[in-house]
This record gives sequence, C-alpha cells and structure tokens, in this order.
Amino acid sequence: MDAQVIARWQFGITTVYHFFFVPITIGLSMLVAVLQTVWYKTGNDRYLQLTKFYGKLFLINFALGVVTGIVQEFQFGMNWSEYSRFVGDVFGAPLALEALLAFFLESTFLGLWIFGWDKLPKKLHLLAIYMAAIGTLLSAVFILAANSWMQNPVGATFRNGRAELTDFGAVLTNPVFLATFPHQIAACYMTAGALIAAIAGWHLAKNKRGVQAGDEVAIKDAGTWRWAAKFGAWVTLIASLFVVVSGDFQSKVMVEAQPMKMAAAEAHYNTSDGSNFSVLSIGNPSGTEAKHIIEVPGLLGFLATGKWNAPVAGINDIQKQYAAEGFKRADGSQTELQRTYAPELKKQEVKITPNIPVAYWTFRLMMGLGFLGIAGALLILWATRKDKIPAPSRSWQLTMGVLPFLPLLANSFGWIFTEMGRQPWLVAGVMSTLSGVSPGNSVGDVLFSTILYTVVYGLLAVIEVGLFFHFMRKGLPEVAPVEIQQDEDAPLSFAY
Amino acid sequence: MMLTLLEASAGHHLLTPIWFILISVLWTGFFFLEGFDFGVAMLLPIMGRSDRRKRAMVNTIGPVWDGNEVWLLTAGGAMFAAFPGWYATLFSGLYLPLLLVLLGLIIRGVAFEYRSKHPDSSWRNTFDWMATIGSFLPSLVLGVGFANFVKGIPVGGNPPLVTASLWSLFSPFALLGGVLFVVLFCAHGAIFLALKTRGELHEDAKALGSKLALVAGALLLVFGIWMNIAYGKSNAMMHTLTWILMTLAGLSVLAAGYLVGKGKDSVAFLSTGVGIMAMIVSFFLTMYGNLGFISSGQPGLDMWSASSSPYTLKIMTVAAAIFVPVVLGYQIWTYWVFRRRISVDNMPDDMAAEPAAATA
Repeated sequence: MDAQVIARWQFGITTVYHFFFVPITIGLSMLVAVLQTVWYKTGNDRYLQLTKFYGKLFLINFALGVVTGIVQEFQFGMNWSEYSRFVGDVFGAPLALEALLAFFLESTFLGLWIFGWDKLPKKLHLLAIYMAAIGTLLSAVFILAANSWMQNPVGATFRNGRAELTDFGAVLTNPVFLATFPHQIAACYMTAGALIAAIAGWHLAKNKRGVQAGDEVAIKDAGTWRWAAKFGAWVTLIASLFVVVSGDFQSKVMVEAQPMKMAAAEAHYNTSDGSNFSVLSIGNPSGTEAKHIIEVPGLLGFLATGKWNAPVAGINDIQKQYAAEGFKRADGSQTELQRTYAPELKKQEVKITPNIPVAYWTFRLMMGLGFLGIAGALLILWATRKDKIPAPSRSWQLTMGVLPFLPLLANSFGWIFTEMGRQPWLVAGVMSTLSGVSPGNSVGDVLFSTILYTVVYGLLAVIEVGLFFHFMRKGLPEVAPVEIQQDEDAPLSFAY
Repeated sequence: MMLTLLEASAGHHLLTPIWFILISVLWTGFFFLEGFDFGVAMLLPIMGRSDRRKRAMVNTIGPVWDGNEVWLLTAGGAMFAAFPGWYATLFSGLYLPLLLVLLGLIIRGVAFEYRSKHPDSSWRNTFDWMATIGSFLPSLVLGVGFANFVKGIPVGGNPPLVTASLWSLFSPFALLGGVLFVVLFCAHGAIFLALKTRGELHEDAKALGSKLALVAGALLLVFGIWMNIAYGKSNAMMHTLTWILMTLAGLSVLAAGYLVGKGKDSVAFLSTGVGIMAMIVSFFLTMYGNLGFISSGQPGLDMWSASSSPYTLKIMTVAAAIFVPVVLGYQIWTYWVFRRRISVDNMPDDMAAEPAAATA
C-alpha cells in the first residue's frame, strides 16, 4: 500500500465522519433558534421545553462537530502538502475567512447561549443562538466555495508554478457553488427537520397510553410532541422541495463542468447509447459497458440538460476526447486555470475515469434515501392528522428510529459521490490526486495516524450516540422561569 | 487607495511582512487566551480536590474556551492563505507532533462538553483526565515546536520539505521549551483562577499561582538567555529587541507571582499575559524572514517564497481589517458578560447538570 492511498482513506474517514455532525449542526441551530423565537413571542413554556430539549441534543452533536473540524483545518497541510502549496493562493483564503468570520461567531455566541440563560436579557439571548446559526451558514459559504472551486476552478490562472487567484468574485459566484449552496443548506434543514419530527413522533406514540389513561402530564406532553412532530415534518417537506429543485440545477452545472462525473454516475459508456436514466443495473457497472435492467427513457438527457432525450456524453467518448484534446468542459471550453495549465498536464499521464460503481451507487443512494426521508415526513403528517396519535407499535417506533438517518446518510452519499466522482482530480482538469499528496510522509506515519483517528473517532461515536439516545429518551425537561440572576451565590443556570 | 500605497519596491510586496505580523498576532492571541484554559485544565488533578472544586474550575473557562481555541484555527487558516509554502512544509514535516496536538485538542473539547452529562463520578473523572491530558499534550508539543522554530528546522529539496528526523527535534533546548510552556500556562491558569473565583478555591489558586509564576518566570529568563546567546538573530536591532522582550517576559511573569500573592489578581493576570505575549513576539521576531527554517539548496523556503500573491493578500487584508476588530469586540464583551467570580457554592447541587434519575 502506498501513502497516497492511505492518505485518501484518511481524508475519507475523517471527512465523512465530520460531516455526520455538520448537517445536524447547520439545520438544528437554526431550528432551535426558531423554537426559542416561538417561546419568546408566545411565552408558552412548551416551546421553552422544546428549545431546551432539542438544544441539548444539538450541543451533544455540536461538540463532536467542533473537535473533528479541527483536523479538517490542518490535514491539507499534513497529508496534502503539494496540493496546499499549489492551490493555497486560492484555496487558503476561504479557509482562513471561515475561521475568522464563522468559527469565532459560532463558538463565542454559542458559549453566550449555553451559559447565558440567566445572564442576558431574553432578546439578546435569543440573538445569540441566531448569531451561532448564522455562523454555521457562513461556514458553509466558505467551505462550499472552496470545494466548488475544486470541481470547477474559476477565477484563477497558472502562474509562478502554482494556481494564483485572479478574481475572488468569480470564486464566490462559481456556478457550481451557487447551485451547491442551496442544495446543501436545504439538505441540512431536511435532516434536522427529520430529526425533530422523528424524535417527537417516537415520544408521541410512547405517550399514547398515558394520554388514554387521562394522565395530565402525558396529555400536555402529547400536545407539545405533536406540535414538534408536525413542525419537523413540514420543515423536512419544504426543505426537500428546495433540495430537489437545486439538485436539478446542480446536475446541469455538473454536466457542464465535469461531464465525466455525470457519465460515471449513470455508468453511461457511449454517447450513442441514448439518454435513458437507469434505476437499476445488474452486475458490476464497471468495464466498458453496463447492463441496465430498469430504465426511464430520456430522463438522463433531461437531468443533464433540461431536454428529454438530449444526447449525453458517454465515458468512452470523453476518454477519447481527453486523449486527443486534453480536459474539456461539456461545451468544449476550459477555465483559465485549465487552459493555462494544459501544457503542464500534457506531460503527465492521468487516467480520467473515476470509480464507476461508487459513483453510480452513491448517486442513487443519495436520491433514494432522500426520497425515503420525504416519505417519512409525509407518514408523520398522516399519522398525526386531526387529533390522531400513532400507536407505539414496534414498526412505528422503528420507523421513527430510522427516519433521521435517511436524509443524514443521503448527505453522506451525496458527498461521497461528489468527491469520488471528481477523481482522479483534486482540482478538476488541473491537478491529479496523486500529485497532491505529501511526498515526505512515510506509509507508517500515515497509517498510524489513520488508525489512531479511526479508533478515537470510533470511541467518541459510541459515547456520542449513547448520550444522544440517553437524552432523547428522557423527554421534555422541566423548565423554571427564565430571569436574570442577581444573587451572586445562586447556582449557575448551566454548568459543565 | 491605502492598499496601493502598500505596494513595495524591490520585487517584494509589503503585504507579505504585514501578514507575517498578523499571523504572529493570531498566535500571540491564541497563547494569551488558550494559555489560561490549558492551565486551568492541567491543574484539575492538582487543585481539584473535590468534585465541586473541579466543576467550579472547569466552569471558569466554560463559556470561553472554544472561542479561545478558534485563534489557533484562524492562525492555521491564515498560514494556509497567506503562506501556503509555510503551511505545506511545516505541517507535513512535523506530522506526528501535529497529530499529538490535534488529538489533544479533540479529547479536551469533548471532555468539557460531556463531563457533566452523566451522574456517575467515574464518568466525570475520565473526562477530567481527558481535559488534563488534552491540554498538557498541546502545551508540551507546541513548546517543543516553537523552540525548534527559534533554533531553525532544516529544510531542503524541491519542493522544500523538512529534512530533520523526528528525534532530532528533542534537543535539550527544545525540551526546555516544552517544560516552559507547560509551567507557564499552569501559572497563567492558576492566576486566572485566582481572578475568577471566590472563597477557598480563590485562596488556593493565589498560593499556587504565586509559586508557579516564580518558577515559570525563572524558566523563562533561562530560556531567553539560552535562546539569545545560541540562536540570536544576525540583525543587531532585532537581536537587541529579542533580548529586551525575553527579559521583559521573564520579569513580568516573576512580577505576576509577587502581585497575585498580594491579592492583585487582575494586574497579576495581565502580567503573565504580557509575559506570554512578549515571549511569543520574540519567537516570531527570530522567525522573521526564514519562518523558522534553515534552507539548504534550491529553491529553499522563506517568507517571500512561501507567500501568496499580492492580490490574495489584499483581499485577506481587507477582511482582516474589518473583522478582527469585530471579533475582538464581541469576545471582550463575552468576558464582560461572564465577569462574575465563581465559587463552589455556585455549582448546581446535582453533580451532573441533570437530575440524577437517568441511567444510560
């Protein structure tokens, strides 16, 4: 095994793991802020209970997001030094800006929110959670702009032996970024909405016997959980509309910037094969052709270009074109960096086909799990219609247990597709993954760190999930009136 | 327009040294702030004689430690953006030491957030040890690291990579740097505790802070003399400056030891703070130009060759000019919000933030 392969596994493991926490953090911070706003406006304690309940789950999740994010900031330098050296002039700025604009905002205002319940006036305290939520959005802006640049390297040129920024505005208005940002943010709200709805749906059913027995607390809690279940389900549904529409835009932009990625996602080998979209393929869709068993006529053409039956470039044809003319976008053009770097690229041999089974299946898992998430939200709305309370059957509780993972894993698979589909490039049409790795690192070092991260992350996952379920089961907390504490000897409203 | 005035002559761009200065400011801010929360966590096994005391200690830094740590992330990001060559060579070259720092930061962050999420005392003890170890490791490794930057780390080849072996980084001078950081941050943390607590904890923090600061001040003076004699800058003015700053740093920390004993908590805290800042600034003065590397062969690596393009630096400069003051503003405000001193009596009765009804 060589260090480059292990370094890629390390990036995959640490980044996929980190990204379990990201959609929940981005989505839940804003939704908790909304819950607190409803409490602030109505003064009804049930919304304060919900704020505190989901707020606690949010923080348990956020803690791991923060600490695993530290690794992200440094591993470009550690494992991908030549990538960092080559693109730092372009790629470093968004990372630095993320720390300066987003991380400070998140961490500082979250500290104020967690510890400030009895220190800040209500309005200011509410503002604190909004600031933290805005921080998470800003973070997404910079990271997605940086990643989109790797997919479509605009606003830069090859100069002084490296990629140099020529137009920062172009990086921030990269069409790939403009399509990815709404897609990702909506996916975050979809995930967080499903989490809120599923936990509420679980408690609602569990509570049913108490309600039937006329237990007063159970009846009160049932009203709260019902509201939360519906709220979460509606958030998921509305967000899913944005996910679908922006995803459609995104696929068109992707076809334009990275024709190979779409061809791989569809295991579409020959342009002349037509433009049907396959739902299922048999065997291993790798090789030089694939056997699709279920197909939707013309849909691929529609996804790729907006026109049914429009021809879509196939893998074999794109390979031929690369061999003849170098890297080209779908319309035959190149970004300035791709054009100016092309003479250098000619000297290297790059096999431009990504891992097709991975691209094919992750693309379908992303969409399939996303649609199942929508179905779950609809199910909750149906089960809670009028005054109905779902029965705590094993299948209902199991469905509620699985539901949050559907959009969450759809996020993961979407990113695995995006990144694996970009291969063999680090920067599409410019820098290969092979040439970006740190040349001085020994196999032993990279393997050691990979094993260490995996073990530590694994242990943390066990603790995190344990805590998450523990506090989830405990249900709504009792809440005391919220007021500013003047007594110096009073206990803290929150303590680590 | 201001920015066009910054276009320097002789092929060098004035924004390059400005970003070197800015990065040193970020590191200085990081050590000033995170220094005391590293210290508080490292002192948990020494000063946290009871559950309540430990809890009070952790909660003096509770609302702020995460914001303090972002100074490090910003420094790292700024190195990537402004000096990609520095970021690439340094962090790939010091792979295993940096791994230790990151693992330390991971376990300490989790420890703070999760320590009181379960009523079991062995649960809390485990996380408190994670906080201690997770603060000790980065302090030690960064101390060894900065001593090596002062000494100069050999780089060579194209692309320029660190050529020093891992073991060569542990020279006596570097080890002294590691010990210095640990003791100095413990002193800074103890004096911070004196500043932020009431009652018995406050008295104990005063006594310990006073002793630790005397030791830290002495170590700092020794380290400063060794550094200036063995690894002084060739530039006479810079060399004089590092002599002055390192001496000032040592004296300032010694003074903190005296002041905290006299009950002047806030002046004492500022004194250890000034000591830390003067020390980090003199480190960066010795790293000016060569970034703490000793290059052999071509192309070599220095501040100029590692730098980003003037265009990128301009954009970053505008962003920094606007947002660094904003960040400072709300961070200072946060410290003001949580200005009240804490005592063990302020700790909620249930040791686990939540009613102990729960079993996981």
